[in-house]
Amino acid sequence: MTATATSARQESHGLLSMIVELRAWIFLLLLVIFFEVWARSAYGQSFVINAYNLQAIGIFATAPLLLGLGQTFVIISAGIDLSVGFTMGLAAVVSAHAANMASGVLGLDLFTAMLFGLVAGIGVALIPGLVNGLLIAKLRVPPFIGTLGMYGVARGAAYLLAGGMTVPVSNAWYAWIGNGRVLGVPILVIITVIVVLLMHYLLSQTRFGQHTYAFGASRAAAVRSGINVSSLTIKLYVLSAVCAGLAGALYSGRFAAGAAQAGEPLLLDSIAAVVIGGASLFGGSGNIAGTVAGALVIATIQYGLVFINVEPFWQFVAVGVVIIISVLVDQSQRRLLGGRKDE
Amino acid sequence: MSSAPVLLSVNNVSKHFGGVEALRGVSMDLAAGEVVALAGDNGAGKSTLIKAISGVHRVDGGEILLSGRRVDFATPSEARASGIETIYQDLALADNLPVGANIFLGREPKRKAFGFLPVLDRKKMADAAKETMARLDFHVERFRAPVSTFSGGQRQAVAIGRAIYWNAQILIMDEPTAALGVPEQRKVVSLIKTLKDQGKGVIFISHNLADIFAVADRIVVLRRGVKAGERTPAETNGDEIVRLMVGG
Ligand SMILES: Nc1ncnc2c1ncn2[C@@H]1O[C@H](COP(=O)(O)OP(=O)(O)OP(=O)(O)O)[C@@H](O)[C@H]1O
Ligand SMILES: [Mg+2]
Repeated sequence: MTATATSARQESHGLLSMIVELRAWIFLLLLVIFFEVWARSAYGQSFVINAYNLQAIGIFATAPLLLGLGQTFVIISAGIDLSVGFTMGLAAVVSAHAANMASGVLGLDLFTAMLFGLVAGIGVALIPGLVNGLLIAKLRVPPFIGTLGMYGVARGAAYLLAGGMTVPVSNAWYAWIGNGRVLGVPILVIITVIVVLLMHYLLSQTRFGQHTYAFGASRAAAVRSGINVSSLTIKLYVLSAVCAGLAGALYSGRFAAGAAQAGEPLLLDSIAAVVIGGASLFGGSGNIAGTVAGALVIATIQYGLVFINVEPFWQFVAVGVVIIISVLVDQSQRRLLGGRKDE
Repeated sequence: MSSAPVLLSVNNVSKHFGGVEALRGVSMDLAAGEVVALAGDNGAGKSTLIKAISGVHRVDGGEILLSGRRVDFATPSEARASGIETIYQDLALADNLPVGANIFLGREPKRKAFGFLPVLDRKKMADAAKETMARLDFHVERFRAPVSTFSGGQRQAVAIGRAIYWNAQILIMDEPTAALGVPEQRKVVSLIKTLKDQGKGVIFISHNLADIFAVADRIVVLRRGVKAGERTPAETNGDEIVRLMVGG
């Protein structure tokens, strides 16, 4: 092959891989354009230049995104965490109980009680996270099976602790966390943005993140480089559970009640966000920005369809189609670029 | 040659996997600036021997001495910390990461961003990658691209680069030339010579007699877990080595 042909090929590959890389953002852009055109022609108003819509999409996106952040790490490591939804439910129930108990039984002020609830929700999530990690790292249980078991255990525990009902929280501070705004920005969104930045840092700038990528691509490479893969695995599932715990604790504030089913539909949304964001379920690739875009795609579809007054069930179809397109793009890139050698 | 200090002594080492006796009383030495070739048929125990040296396997009997001191590595990283670097048959590269990240995998350098935030020092990794690849005279240009997009020879060079970057005293290579085209085989052979000239001890496994005779100072032949013989290239020939490998 001549040098010019090579470089021309590299350039076209460069463009192609950029499109592949940014596909979640391209989806998002197309969706926004679609709803914008619809809103203007049907209602004579803008879809995007509308603070209410943006806030609503932001809030819609927070829970699947929080779960998706932890899930991103797990999926990059070539694992999967099926227990996040009910870990979130468990955390929601426990944080509701804890906040009530702190103000009712311990007589703490409402602000401290709110903090107590948040910490309890995140704290209880450590248990399923640690158990998942130990099962997968030490007992070599496949992630799919181990976390599926935990899906059941956390689900049962959450319903048992809730007594089969939702657990109302009457705490003005807690409700403020879930529904308040600072300078017009929902606090939920602010918290989520902070967690996003933290996770981006963790994944892209630390050894932990780097080792997660290496481990996901080649377990042997990680092991032989002296990376303690079992401690890495435990940390990954604990991180995922902590994200779910935070989402659960925030849920109790948003709805002024903890519910065992708080995260039930969100497991698939979290995986969808990661996959739409460009991660491969085979491990080794993905990033936080992609997952953010993926969660925004899902939230935009969910909210946008309500906005244009279409049967909300179309959202399942739409999200499903986006997932399939996203995976097809990933496959075709693998075929085009994967086998490429330099000589 | 005989005056160079002995870096490594393997004394009477045995290793079994369940009922399989992969090594039975194998001994060999390696001096600084010396290249030892390990030869033997499939399943002879070559990989097992180097894994015992590099901390992957613990031996069941016998001992391994490093500069005269007895060592018993529990993990490969302990062996690496003692200056033994191993390049395995499968290379064990993280395909999704660039050259620099592979060289530094498990010991990534950090710097402070904005004066306080510890972050990975990717520039240092890329610079070290460039410098190391130049030292190997292997032409890799894309230091941001994942190594999955590299050729077999380039990937081998990355694995060797990873080892030499850390200034190992002993380099162990499991079939470093097996997956390569002829020009790249030559490069790896000349690279082994370079390492030898720098005073490193090199153990390499090969099925390729031409490579073995081109670069080895001594040839250790294993057959079904025992040492069938040890020769210098001057005192032997390919036929004898093959006879030692297959028996009879
Ligand atoms: N981890 C293991 N568990 C069980 N048996 C093993 C293990 N590793 C090696 N063996 C066995 O030990 C023997 C020696 O294997 P080894 O890999 O050392 O051979 P080799 O000389 O490197 O062969 P090749 O040229 O095919 O690479 C073989 O019978 C092999 O099946
Ligand atoms: Mg072998």
